[in-house]
Amino acid sequence: MNRKQKKMLIRIVLAAVLMIVFHLLPVGELPAGGYLRFGLFLIPYLMIGYDILKKAVKGILNRQVFDENFLMAVATVGAIILGEYTEGVAVMLFYQIGELFQSYAVGKSRRNISDLMDIRPDYANVERDGALVKVDPDEVEPGDVIVVGPGEKIPIDGVITQGSSALNTSALTGESLPREAKEGDEVISGCINMSGVLRIQTTKEFGESTVSKILDLVENSSSKKSRSENFISKFARIYTPAVCFGALALALLPPLFLILTGNPAQWGVWIYRALTFLVISCPCALVISIPLSFFAGIGGASKEGILVKGSNYLETLSQTKYVVFDKTGTMTQGVFEVSGIHHGSLPEEKLLEYAAYVESFSSHPISKSLQRAYGKEIDKNRVTEVSEISGNGVTAKVDGICVAAGNAGLMERLGIGYSECHQVGTVVHLALDGAYAGHILISDRLKPHAKEAVLALKKAGVAKTAMLTGDSQKVAQQTASELGITEVYSELLPADKVAKVEELLEKKGVREKLAFVGDGINDAPVLSRADIGIAMGALGSDAAIEAADVVLMDDDPLKIAKAIRISRKCLRIVYENIYFAIGIKVLCLVLGALGIANMWLAIFADVGVMVLAVLNAIRALFVKKL
Amino acid sequence: MKKTYKIDVDCANCANKMEDAAKKTAGVKDATVNFMTLKMIVEFEEGQEPKAVMQEVLKNCKKVEDDCEIFL
Repeated sequence: MNRKQKKMLIRIVLAAVLMIVFHLLPVGELPAGGYLRFGLFLIPYLMIGYDILKKAVKGILNRQVFDENFLMAVATVGAIILGEYTEGVAVMLFYQIGELFQSYAVGKSRRNISDLMDIRPDYANVERDGALVKVDPDEVEPGDVIVVGPGEKIPIDGVITQGSSALNTSALTGESLPREAKEGDEVISGCINMSGVLRIQTTKEFGESTVSKILDLVENSSSKKSRSENFISKFARIYTPAVCFGALALALLPPLFLILTGNPAQWGVWIYRALTFLVISCPCALVISIPLSFFAGIGGASKEGILVKGSNYLETLSQTKYVVFDKTGTMTQGVFEVSGIHHGSLPEEKLLEYAAYVESFSSHPISKSLQRAYGKEIDKNRVTEVSEISGNGVTAKVDGICVAAGNAGLMERLGIGYSECHQVGTVVHLALDGAYAGHILISDRLKPHAKEAVLALKKAGVAKTAMLTGDSQKVAQQTASELGITEVYSELLPADKVAKVEELLEKKGVREKLAFVGDGINDAPVLSRADIGIAMGALGSDAAIEAADVVLMDDDPLKIAKAIRISRKCLRIVYENIYFAIGIKVLCLVLGALGIANMWLAIFADVGVMVLAVLNAIRALFVKKL
Repeated sequence: MKKTYKIDVDCANCANKMEDAAKKTAGVKDATVNFMTLKMIVEFEEGQEPKAVMQEVLKNCKKVEDDCEIFL
């Protein structure tokens, strides 16, 4: 509890004690006891309610009349005028208890969230003239060398020039497994260095670094209001004046009617009912719990490495019925790997060795993948007479043997008979001294959770999944069937992707939303065109992250379904609160108008409902098990 | 030009009220209040002096929600 809350708690306890003592004191029997009672009750009343009264008066002066403070002030002053001192003080007391509770709950969940988003580095250790200086990360220029010790946060994006370590990326990605980093690796800011000392040459300014971008994104996240929130604020704007006039009518009309029909007016009874009506009608439960639910929902999601840029996106996400994926980098890893070696008489390793050697002078992704698969140090002295045949492959002498490695075109050119590969991917054929030796299959690999991700989406109630790719039809078909996606559109240019998404958008219903999941630079237009754009974070491009509405910090496609489940839970809570609060209030309002409900029930309808709604809203924060 | 200010406010709805008030202030192009991080991000119109505009923003916010603070 902070100081403000502690002060309020003391006020509440003191006022409650005084109220009970005065209620039990038989002052009324003393001479002039009425005045004495009034004077006595005024002490706890003002003690607990002075700020509400002050706010109500200020509101009137500022022409912001109809708010909760006004309702509370009128109701309690009215009760006191009617001589219902205990009720008057109690209403104020319970209202303040509710407020205190709400502020405590908000503070608690804010700390909960901000602890996890506490990734802002406070300093950087820069090497200047051979000595280490601790400076503000803002002062570090790109190209400076910074030193990050064990337990420190990496303040700025860069490349490791010396040292190796395990990095804890959980604040950024929600992934608890540490990531190994060694010399030459690129590292992103916000990771925590767990073991060794790293010297990092920065590649960006602090403001352009990952950590700043993420913080920016989080800080800007509430700019977009959801429809439910807009509904509530509009509702409150009409509702509060409406109930005030309703209460006024309840206080005036029945007595006037009674007078006209020749009965006693019973002013006291009807004014009491009108005041009860006012207390019940206070919209606090709604105006507080709805934004709080979204606040907790977005916070809970960011704990899981899912950044949602606004509560409207959380709302749209919950209505997602169609999910369209990009292939490369989203469902696949976007790196090439040797996935098969189909050899002839030569052993597998030997074939791979020749391939790695003959390609050792090339930096093409395919050559790299061959060298990676070979995995051993390459002695470049063994390779001579390298010649690249553009668009076809390479020939070279390895250990004196003439090796040719390349596509079918190369084999045809050299007049060597080759066998077609039955699997899908890029094929590297190999010939040794003019004789065919076999081929190596290289393909992009599916992400570990890609298949489960599609299944999880179906389970989460997504009606249709589709995949768009620029890749060839054969590759696209195979990937899709592995993943269990039925709809595939291949060989698309970036502009075609937009057109395809627009086509899909037209086909679906109004309440069914379409989400696009992508990562590349050329995905940015599609991300902004879809109802909701989901970008793959850490590996994705900045442009895609900016255009997207939801960013998955780690590149796990399984998080898509999780994001949808989180949004559903949050929206379910929002609707629960709307129906529950309005339902109870309407019921109590009717009971109050009929004279069945008294002030105590009214207090429950106001503060009780608010506390329950706030507790329910906080539930949106807990998403770990979803 | 955009500037970020730290604020203090008790409830999410009050934060919304502050946002509305800030948006309506002359010289403010757009304003966002983030209740989660307790920050107000104000985008000023061309050629406006942020300091003077923020005084007005604070005044308008106090009108709708007495119990708020903007740390200028």
